[in-house]
Amino acid sequence: MSLPLGTSEEPLPIRFADEPAHHLAGVPLEFADEEQSLKITGFWMVLVTDLLIFASLFASYAVYRPMVAAGPSGAQLFGLGSAIAETLFLLTSSFTVGIAVWYMRRGNQRAMIGWIVLTLLLGAGFLGLELHEFAVDIARGASWQTSAFLSSFFLLVSTHGAHVLFGILWAVGIVVQVLRRGLNAVTARKVYTFSLYWHFLDIIWVFIFTVVYLGAKIA
Amino acid sequence: MTAPAFVPYLLHTLFPPNTHRPTEIGADVMMGLGMGYLVYWLTRHRKWGWLWRDWLTTVDHKKIGTMYLIAAILMLFRGGVDALMMRVNLAMPHAPFIGPEEYNEVFTTHGVIMIFFMAMPFIFALFNAVIPLMIGARDVAFPRLNAVSFWLFAFAAALFNLAFVVGGAPNVGWTAYPPLTELHFNPGVGTNYLLVSLLISGIGTTITGINFLVTVLRMRAPGMTLMRMPMFAWAALNTSVLILFAFPPLTVALLMTLLDRLAHTAFFTLSHGGMPMMYVNLFWLFGHPEVYIVALPAYGVFSEVVPTFSGKRLFGYTSMVVSMAAIMVLSYGVWAHHFFTMGAGAAVNAFFGISTMLIAIPTGVKIFNWIFTMWGGRIRFTTAMLYVMGFIPTFTIGGATGMFLATVPADYQVHNSYFLVAHFHNVLIGGTVFGLLAGMYYWWPKMFGYRLDERQGKLAFWLFLIGFWITFGPQYLLGFKGMPRRMWTYPAGHGWHLLNVISTAGAFVMGAGFLVLVYNVLWSMRHGERDASGDPWNGRTLEWSLPSPAPEYNFARIPTVSSLDAWWAMKQTGQGRGRGAAALRLRPQDIHAIELPRNTGYPFFLGAAFFVLGFGLVFSWWVIALLGLAGVWAALAYAWFDHDQHKHMRADEIRRIEASMGRLPA
Ligand code: HEM
Ligand SMILES: [Cu+2]
Repeated sequence: MSLPLGTSEEPLPIRFADEPAHHLAGVPLEFADEEQSLKITGFWMVLVTDLLIFASLFASYAVYRPMVAAGPSGAQLFGLGSAIAETLFLLTSSFTVGIAVWYMRRGNQRAMIGWIVLTLLLGAGFLGLELHEFAVDIARGASWQTSAFLSSFFLLVSTHGAHVLFGILWAVGIVVQVLRRGLNAVTARKVYTFSLYWHFLDIIWVFIFTVVYLGAKIA
Repeated sequence: MTAPAFVPYLLHTLFPPNTHRPTEIGADVMMGLGMGYLVYWLTRHRKWGWLWRDWLTTVDHKKIGTMYLIAAILMLFRGGVDALMMRVNLAMPHAPFIGPEEYNEVFTTHGVIMIFFMAMPFIFALFNAVIPLMIGARDVAFPRLNAVSFWLFAFAAALFNLAFVVGGAPNVGWTAYPPLTELHFNPGVGTNYLLVSLLISGIGTTITGINFLVTVLRMRAPGMTLMRMPMFAWAALNTSVLILFAFPPLTVALLMTLLDRLAHTAFFTLSHGGMPMMYVNLFWLFGHPEVYIVALPAYGVFSEVVPTFSGKRLFGYTSMVVSMAAIMVLSYGVWAHHFFTMGAGAAVNAFFGISTMLIAIPTGVKIFNWIFTMWGGRIRFTTAMLYVMGFIPTFTIGGATGMFLATVPADYQVHNSYFLVAHFHNVLIGGTVFGLLAGMYYWWPKMFGYRLDERQGKLAFWLFLIGFWITFGPQYLLGFKGMPRRMWTYPAGHGWHLLNVISTAGAFVMGAGFLVLVYNVLWSMRHGERDASGDPWNGRTLEWSLPSPAPEYNFARIPTVSSLDAWWAMKQTGQGRGRGAAALRLRPQDIHAIELPRNTGYPFFLGAAFFVLGFGLVFSWWVIALLGLAGVWAALAYAWFDHDQHKHMRADEIRRIEASMGRLPA
């Protein structure tokens, strides 16, 4: 699939209200309507800026990593166990949201909702594990006030966690809308952008896992 | 806390000593009177409903543009008053008008307001007013988000301007470097105001960037390929990309500072391994692209104004596009030139010095292209054109002094001196402000349906230009004489006094220019020449094919574009019989019903909720912050569940409107 950026040669004109939406053959529901297609393009841009937020946080983390002051270093603090469990939860949820979109494309609303709910449960499980890990760290005296290193660790990882939380609340709202209105161009677009968002968070997590947790073990 | 103890606490927190100085009280009184009059006027003329229906809930890009413009001019006033207060101080170093604490506050609010709450909204005013019209679109890609952007900006600006009345103004400079911003060195809420309001307005700015990027990429009229786009649309595109890439590092830098202050994290706490340089890098990773965020739109304006008033097509269109993109990319590779003296080492400094100088090449290309566009043209010296003519030498000198600053050893001499102050005002006023004013004079008839009086406009221009040079010319010399920036007064015997007096006199000339400008607007509202043709300047781009002001739906029929300067081509090729409406030759059967976005109040409430959230954060009053957060969620949820976002305009209604504007045989 190519990025839905439109081509430079043929910008899509705004549709007149008395014209039927041009349902291009083979185009998925969420792209068939001009307005929804625009919103998907816009959402890609949202992901771009968000990616840069994380890039800035990663860069800061890399710089702050040696600045442990009197607190523990990453190697001392991080256990791979919970990080691997969190990774499994989130990676699986990326897979399940993919299946949800697959069912959406086939018009199977019930299966789609089922898979979204499963996705959200996995996401909630991820969050639970993460909060547990934070609680353990803080109980051991390693909070974000301890050192600049821990400040940047907590900021990076909890920004990702806050994104997951936002995603869960957002998706609950989408499911309610689908239940009320069924699948149409608008709700399909919402499900689709949510799935993009969720995959994005997954990719960010892979980097967090690699840079933060594996990185601490290697160093 | 018991009630009697609570009240003094509240009073002291809300109104600390630095909020009851004479200047603050004076400003309070003025603001109170202004607000009171506004409320009186709205009530007396029963305009509250009109205000709500036509403005506060609008999603029409043209109206949003107008609101941005009003806000920008108000902020120019506030920033200008700050500037004059500083200049008065520096002209009378023996009997200073304001003290050191207040001076710190005033240069901080001046810098923040001019950059974030004057230049940015002014740019968005012009984008909103003309980009959709130029590219043949009925609106921006996301009209509701456009309103969200505006209200986030407006409430953030209100929050920032509240600081000096309630709680105390920030005093850390517009750059807000740690460790000065750390709670330990800077108790009080001023710094929180700066951080929180910039975070909120940053969200709005980012949304605007996304909106215009998608608008320009996806909503152009059929046939308008990227290389047939007006340069101003290219400017919007490049600016939007810059916004998307530049605001994230700023957000992270501000967030870290805020967390240090509110949650006692250790990002910049030296005793816990914190590193203030981290902030400085992140800030300028944003900060340098930011200067191009405010410069590229000005370049875009010039590239529209010069061809129109030279009666020629833009010279070297392709090289204009390429050079703008080159500037956009290069602007990310120069940020360390803001801190050559902070000990990065020779290799790093050499790299950033050279990369900075490279930007002069594409900029030079643009300057020459504007000059060659004028070359041999039949130039009309309108106010907008005068601003271009003032811009070219002024900005070139500003650029040259920038090259001087990029020369690392030279920078070691003049870093943080008045040479720097002169340099950045040289490019910010000579480039950005002149560009924005040129755009305002140029597009004013399109926005409001009448022209601004040219004689008054020219007078304001000359006052600005001459005042500018009187103000900032001497500051270069002051820099060479070693006067540092951010000084509230100075001892005698350095030979600084006379130059400062001259500089202050120049500032008052610019102040007079501002007054003439305001008079120009107010006078023209009554007496300005109506623009019946829609094409008062004999323009070249599609916005001039529309009536002035354009109807809500912009284009009754979306035009098809076959070349650069589409409207000019239509006028030439006999697609029409010359100027104005006739060139479009609209027929009744061309007109179909149109789907338009429906007004909505949620953007306003979202902004208000962010204001409450921000206020709670500033004072660390968590209940209020949580209330604000709940409001934010409520507004978002309302928006998500609102699927009825469109209204239809029937074809006969559009025919009636077009006929009333003389565009259709009735
Ligand atoms: C109307 C004419 C203007 C005058 C007379 C003026 C004057 C001044 C003065 C006296 C300072 C403080 C210098 C110091 O003590 O270090 C200053 C700082 C500054 N000005 Fe202006 N200014 C003007 C317009 C502008 C404009 C249009 C902009 C931006 C678009 C701007 C941006 C800034 C910034 C960013 C600072 C630095 C603040 C800081 O040090 O944190 N100024 N200006
Ligand atoms: Cu710079």
